[in-house]
Amino acid sequence: MSQLYDVIIVGGGPAGLSAAYSAWQNGAKKIIVIERDRELGGILQQCIHNGFGLHHFKEELTGPGYAHRCIELIKDKPEIETLVDTMVLDVQSNKTVIAVNPEKGLLKLEGKTVILTMGCRERTRGAIRIPGERPAGVFTAGAAQRMVNMEGYLPGHKIVILGSGDIGLIMARRMSLEGCKVQACLEICPFSNGLTRNIVQCLNDYNIPLYLSHTIVAIHGEERVTGITVAKVDDHMTPIPGTEFDIECDTVLLSVGLIPENELSRGLDLAMNPLTNGPVVDQHRETSLDGFFAAGNVVHVHDLVDFVSEEAEIAGKYAALKAQGKLAADNRTVTVKAVDGVRTCVPQQLTLPAAIPADEKIKLFMRVAAPHRKVKLVVKSGENTLLSKPLPVAKPSEMIAVEIPAAKFNQIGDEVTVGLVL
Amino acid sequence: MEFVKSADVVVIGGGIVGTAVLRELSKYDLKCVLVEKEPDVALGTTKANSAILHAGFDAPTGSLKAITNVRGNRLYHELEKELDLDIKWTGSLVAATTDEEMQTLQELMQRGRANGVEGLQILTHEEVVEQEPNLTTVKGALWAPSAGVCWPFGAAIAFAQCAVQNGAEVIRDCKVLGFIKEEGRITGVETTKGVIAAKYVVNAAGIYADEIAKLAGDDSFTITPRKGEYILFDKTACSSLVYGVVFPTPTKKSKGILVCTTTHGNTFIGPNANEQESKEDHAVTTGGMNEIIASARKLIPNLPMGAAITEFAGLRAVSSTGDFIIGPCDAVPGLYNAAGMQSPGLTAAPAVGELIANEIARVSGAAKKADFKAALPKKKSFVRMTASEQAEKIAENHLYGRVICRCETVTEGEIVEAINSPVGARTVDGVKRRTRAGMGRCQGGFCGPRVTQILARELNIPIPDVLKERADSNMFYEKYPVDGGEE
Amino acid sequence: MAVETRVMNCIMCPMGCELTVTIENGAVTNVTGNTCPRGAKYANDEVTAPKRMLTSTVAIEGGALPLLPVVSANVLPKERILDCARYLRGVKLHAPVKTGDVVVENILGLGVNIVASRDMELHQ
Repeated sequence: MSQLYDVIIVGGGPAGLSAAYSAWQNGAKKIIVIERDRELGGILQQCIHNGFGLHHFKEELTGPGYAHRCIELIKDKPEIETLVDTMVLDVQSNKTVIAVNPEKGLLKLEGKTVILTMGCRERTRGAIRIPGERPAGVFTAGAAQRMVNMEGYLPGHKIVILGSGDIGLIMARRMSLEGCKVQACLEICPFSNGLTRNIVQCLNDYNIPLYLSHTIVAIHGEERVTGITVAKVDDHMTPIPGTEFDIECDTVLLSVGLIPENELSRGLDLAMNPLTNGPVVDQHRETSLDGFFAAGNVVHVHDLVDFVSEEAEIAGKYAALKAQGKLAADNRTVTVKAVDGVRTCVPQQLTLPAAIPADEKIKLFMRVAAPHRKVKLVVKSGENTLLSKPLPVAKPSEMIAVEIPAAKFNQIGDEVTVGLVL
Repeated sequence: MEFVKSADVVVIGGGIVGTAVLRELSKYDLKCVLVEKEPDVALGTTKANSAILHAGFDAPTGSLKAITNVRGNRLYHELEKELDLDIKWTGSLVAATTDEEMQTLQELMQRGRANGVEGLQILTHEEVVEQEPNLTTVKGALWAPSAGVCWPFGAAIAFAQCAVQNGAEVIRDCKVLGFIKEEGRITGVETTKGVIAAKYVVNAAGIYADEIAKLAGDDSFTITPRKGEYILFDKTACSSLVYGVVFPTPTKKSKGILVCTTTHGNTFIGPNANEQESKEDHAVTTGGMNEIIASARKLIPNLPMGAAITEFAGLRAVSSTGDFIIGPCDAVPGLYNAAGMQSPGLTAAPAVGELIANEIARVSGAAKKADFKAALPKKKSFVRMTASEQAEKIAENHLYGRVICRCETVTEGEIVEAINSPVGARTVDGVKRRTRAGMGRCQGGFCGPRVTQILARELNIPIPDVLKERADSNMFYEKYPVDGGEE
Repeated sequence: MAVETRVMNCIMCPMGCELTVTIENGAVTNVTGNTCPRGAKYANDEVTAPKRMLTSTVAIEGGALPLLPVVSANVLPKERILDCARYLRGVKLHAPVKTGDVVVENILGLGVNIVASRDMELHQ
């Protein structure tokens, strides 16, 4: 089986679904979404809590609710095919995609463009080198979440959460609602990496103590976890001797960061950004390899699915235009640099024609390196200020999005910098 | 006394040594039973070691270690094809960073030649860097082309499966409690699953071999557990590390901390070596990790620590005699020891199996079976198949079209096969050691729950009964009822 | 007259606006820091009668999955959230269910329905 698709989308989570819909809206006639799980929607299907969709659908939705909306948008459209339970084994630079599923066997698909929307995975115990025994009962928060919310089993009864990222916080509440005792949430940083609303309604509401600047220095138990030893850490995140104490638990849930899932991108030898761990993209979300686009958590980890959808719609639109030969030939590349307190900025470059059309959308998504109050985000090109936005609060955990106004397009030189002014 | 089972030989311990002995014994007309106290074979030292098939230049010439190492290495070259073992014959380097260490390499080469190791050669800095571009600080190295790396659990499982296909039996979850003797001679083994009558007993109990020997009446040796810690890196890190096996120059104390590839292209650093009292403490320590990182940096200054995917520790059985203890026990007729199998025990195992089996065959007068089936069915993993082989396999069984472990591309078909094979997987980690599901960068984050569900389905047990590894290592629990909960 | 100022974070959306709430004799008289009207309402509720949304799962038979995610159609009194969650652990449904279907009407007499947050078709 070999057919030529306008757009092949690898991953049927919110990014892939939003990209598919946008590609369809922008005239692509043959689109396919390939999802490895048993149904579309990606990780949203296990995120049963609410808080999704306020920006994108102007309504507060649960994860499955958000997924449902995305699926409804692409359903029953003859131009859009979907494959579930299908794993992409290889993506080749000629835009041939090799996939496999139990029903159809080995599939070979050919596309004019490919959009990578593989999402991200959770950092594990091994990646952060937690000492101690290796008993059962140490899970990533997401793995536990799937088991509790979709399969109907508990990962344990007395829980400690390591890491105060959103998934960890959400799981603290979830486990409490299931009747489990959440003993503590530990965070190695002096600040939480989760949304404030989640600290309030997931920890404070259930009287779960949050230990900032603390980490696990040993996991105990030979068969199943029996407890952990915790210590306070210094400014270099090194445990301080003498500060150790034990917490009894049978389960440790890890919420210690997400890593974009870029094994396929690495196979393609795409230019990667070492700070985002994702491919370098331009404002169209096109990667260093012509005709390959990327969007969502595979590019950089988001905190809001709404932004994932927004970014994926950009990728879907321009992949569709490219497939139809409607994307203007590139003639210059502008580097976008994160400076002065901004850690990462996506896109990392702009591909601009001499005369930039007024409907060009140049939206920047960034993260700051450390928490600040009352700062100004300034986007500049040489001496020209393209944009200046006061921020009452800026946190590493919360992505900031701004759009360069069309009126300033003529001031864009060879380089754009994005930084904070304190 | 009523025997639940009757055998000619009972092998105690399902590690690489016990399974190798069992396989060699199964070549003879002997009824053989292996008992293993854990839910799976290969759960002791076999599951956490360097996986190296040593060339054989380390041990003193004439020692059992030297003899069985060199012989074992040769046997693996034959067994690889017969049993479809996963082995990469990478060769090994002993890297020297000073003139003094270069001198030591000469001594090692002389000893190796005396031990019968072939092809040893001293390489210059340039020759080393050509093989291993990241060894920039190295002056030269001893090259041993006959060394390699293997998939040690796979080897033990294959030995056990081969023995089973030749009539031997493997009983897991079966702990030895004592021995039955008549006039000083062993006649049976008392286990948690009943008594097994036996004429001969092989003690291959790893770090517990001294306790088993003592139970039988032999207190001629003790075993001290020596912990070795490891850090394993993602496959993407190998270009920043090494492509083969690299030892530092050994000191009087140890072979040192190595930087080494695995059969599947991951790289690890380790092990350190710390003796301890506890035979149950497998904890990785902060101090230990710092120690191996610092040592490995002497060979590779820029370690890609961000690419670490797991850390683990193994206990090696160090005997009080300083050498392997192989053969009949003088104090207890009928008892044969295969004890103190620290490094190079993995390499030596097939040779140890030969020694013990030949000896038991000699004294029992058992004949060789004419119909011994040496070969196991070939089973190529899905990820290593060509596209047409993959397509064919899926057509045969559609479960090969469902990828369960995304990092290592392991299919449901392979997992089901691993569960339903002889000496099949019963635990999540058992599936991992047979298929690699969960061995990748996400360390079972995605596939652990799915493997649990497949195990429950195939073994026909409730999900909460599925174990990660040892007894009581349950993965998941039932949800609380309305009136349940912790508070 | 007791005047108190309390700083709290609005939890109505992921923005998490930091609110400064002025309370006089137990009543909210002023809220600043909110970027939308929901913030002021949240501050008022949080001071007088805190409320929360509830999301959980209920058992379902005949679907592709053994659980159905559910959400409260409106906010519930915070102090009754655990009671409601416990109640839901005893609910069992049969597929098919559609998004928005009422799973529990007027849970624990609190005047709020619990509704399905996804479809669950009948699975053969």
